[in-house]
Amino acid sequence: MARLNPDNEQRARDLIALYPHPRSALIPVLHLLQAQDGYLTPEGMQHVGELVGLEAAEVRGTASFYDMFHTEPVGRYLISVCTNIACMLQGAYELLEHAQTHLGIAPGGTTADGTFTLEDAECLALCGNAPCVTVNWRFFGDMDRARFDSLLSRLAAGDLDGEVPPHGTLCRVRRTVGVPAAGASVGSAGGPDPEWHRRDGTGTGVPAEAARPGAPADGVTDGVELETVASTPAVAALDGPDSGAIR
Amino acid sequence: MTVTDAPRIVTRRLRRPRSWTLSSYLEDGGYDGLRKALSMSPSEVHDAVNVANLLGRGGAGFEAGRKWGMLAKTTPVYLAINGDESEPATFKDHMLIESDPHQLIEGSLICAYAVGADQVFLYTRGEFALGLERLQSALNEAYAYGAVGRGILGSDWSIDVVVHPGAGAYICGEETALLESLEGKRGYPRIKPPFFPAAVGLYGAPTIVNNVETVSNLPWVVLNGGEAFAALGEGRSKGTKIMALSGHVRRPGNYELEFAKATFRDLIFDPSLGAGIPGDRDLKAFIPGGVSSPWLGPDHLDTELANEKIAEVGTMAGSGAVTVMDDTTCPVRAAWRIVRFFHRESCGQCTPCREGSGWVEKIMHRIETGNGRPEDLDLLLDVCDNISPGVTWPPAQTTICVLGPSIPPAPAAAVRMFRDDFMEHIGEGRCPFPPDRLPRGVVRV
Ligand SMILES: Cc1cc2nc3c(=O)[nH]c(=O)nc-3n(C[C@H](O)[C@H](O)[C@H](O)COP(=O)(O)O)c2cc1C
Ligand code: SF4
Ligand code: FES
Repeated sequence: MARLNPDNEQRARDLIALYPHPRSALIPVLHLLQAQDGYLTPEGMQHVGELVGLEAAEVRGTASFYDMFHTEPVGRYLISVCTNIACMLQGAYELLEHAQTHLGIAPGGTTADGTFTLEDAECLALCGNAPCVTVNWRFFGDMDRARFDSLLSRLAAGDLDGEVPPHGTLCRVRRTVGVPAAGASVGSAGGPDPEWHRRDGTGTGVPAEAARPGAPADGVTDGVELETVASTPAVAALDGPDSGAIR
Repeated sequence: MTVTDAPRIVTRRLRRPRSWTLSSYLEDGGYDGLRKALSMSPSEVHDAVNVANLLGRGGAGFEAGRKWGMLAKTTPVYLAINGDESEPATFKDHMLIESDPHQLIEGSLICAYAVGADQVFLYTRGEFALGLERLQSALNEAYAYGAVGRGILGSDWSIDVVVHPGAGAYICGEETALLESLEGKRGYPRIKPPFFPAAVGLYGAPTIVNNVETVSNLPWVVLNGGEAFAALGEGRSKGTKIMALSGHVRRPGNYELEFAKATFRDLIFDPSLGAGIPGDRDLKAFIPGGVSSPWLGPDHLDTELANEKIAEVGTMAGSGAVTVMDDTTCPVRAAWRIVRFFHRESCGQCTPCREGSGWVEKIMHRIETGNGRPEDLDLLLDVCDNISPGVTWPPAQTTICVLGPSIPPAPAAAVRMFRDDFMEHIGEGRCPFPPDRLPRGVVRV
């Protein structure tokens, strides 16, 4: 719990190599840090700064602009209740009030056991399934008090561990290839063969085939299978009277 | 009853089982558009998009082909796809990213080929965890398939694509803020001029920024030709548009409709679309194009869904987000919530936006909670006038970006349309609509 561990440091270097300038990887690498510790620690931000070439204060300066980054500990589950217009029209504030009573905390607060942090969120882009909440950014739509309560008990019981990783973990699917084509463009197509190189200039690079390991790490062998339980992406309902938004 | 028999272009695959996988995409002719594009020259692809008159789907409605034509022809050139979707009540790109990531990748590649880009960044809203996982998986598959990377689909064209997560900031949807954010900085919109990232963009290099839905149209445009696309719709508004319908309707959801062939009435009331208001209550008002747009009332239900038709009635099509409010809705509460959003999301660079949003929020909050004073309505409009002089439509701008001028339209429309409701709040010292109070715990910002 401090600096990035060796595996994450390597992942950070891989991310940095994807961009023309190291600083561009700052937000993705901060997500990595937040996945490691649940929030951004001062030592971690210092380390990230060293990797992308920034002072720790510059890292914090950028991080503090973004709502998803927390520089103080948060609960294992961050419950974000959207209260923006479409959800508000469907009772989101009443749901939020219920959540406060149920958890015994106000928005911004964390339960004493460190399990839940509650948040009054802006539109989460699931307005067709209003009111909606996310738990560590996994979506749960068409909420009412009963569904909310059962969601919380399933989370507390660990029933949703496979679907909802601890706070901070964002994308569990790793990129399986570097930047094999770097430097090529329509302009250079047909011209001299583009050089294999990493954009940070640290190597001659690897051909695409060699840079393609079999499967993403983290035990997620086929990320395309992932489907958050009870996630309800509101989908076009166009074909006939029976096809409502997928529920 | 179907409102229009136009083909669905960007949503046609969404109900396929496991629509987000490469195998499912290939069954539906996936990457054939890219293959065809590679058999054409970049300028031929560009011409097809010009003929299609594809308008940007991110809110401003700028012609994609025209934007590409403004690109300064130096290298490197970057392409950034705007998947930051955070305009309240807009949820179409979220769906496209989660359900058809290959279509987005293919469209981005076609765009990159046409404009001669050197690298593509798919800037995806950080909150879209599932979307990021699906998109990264799809990209891994696309590399393995040979559609991205070196020597694409057997051609001598090569390019890399990077999925880039945001971290929660509405303002990063503004294209210059998006580029700052992509450079690893705070999402501060850039001072204009230069007006167009096509001249000065990422790292100062020419950059095209296009919306997710905009480029998701490209495989179809290339396969079927610009003429086929332009045959749909009317006037400037060609093709189809996803309308994101929310609020008090029986069937909220994303509906892809041919431009200019349906009206707000169809969208809200047609049984195959919104299917009307629950409980058959009366329509009070609707927000026609995202929370930055002035509201419309029942009088304007027959306005056709086309950018210029919606502009004619004094508002905008915006991102295509329509929010319906029935007669039980408190207009003060609704407008207050919208202003509160802008107040929370203002980046703080410009005084009228930073301070004005807070002042308007405070005034609206006090009216809604029964502490309003009769002179508050004038004060409210006066502050709005200071944010956007004249409180006209389209709004005058005194700030770096358009977030500032987006603050007044909702409260101004609410006061104009429902002055009596405001006066009742003030006169009775409480909100006359159920629930007649704001819940406790509403965080002051
Ligand atoms: C405050 C603000 C927020 C915006 N948010 C988004 C957004 O979330 N997604 C988007 O595509 N465009 C957004 N835009 C518009 C972009 O600046 C830009 O016009 C658009 O991405 C260009 O793509 P298009 O031409 O394909 O529509 C926003 C603009 C402003 C001023
Ligand atoms: S108008 Fe508002 S959001 Fe836009 S740059 Fe100014 S302060 Fe920031
Ligand atoms: S308003 Fe709640 S998700 Fe959009």
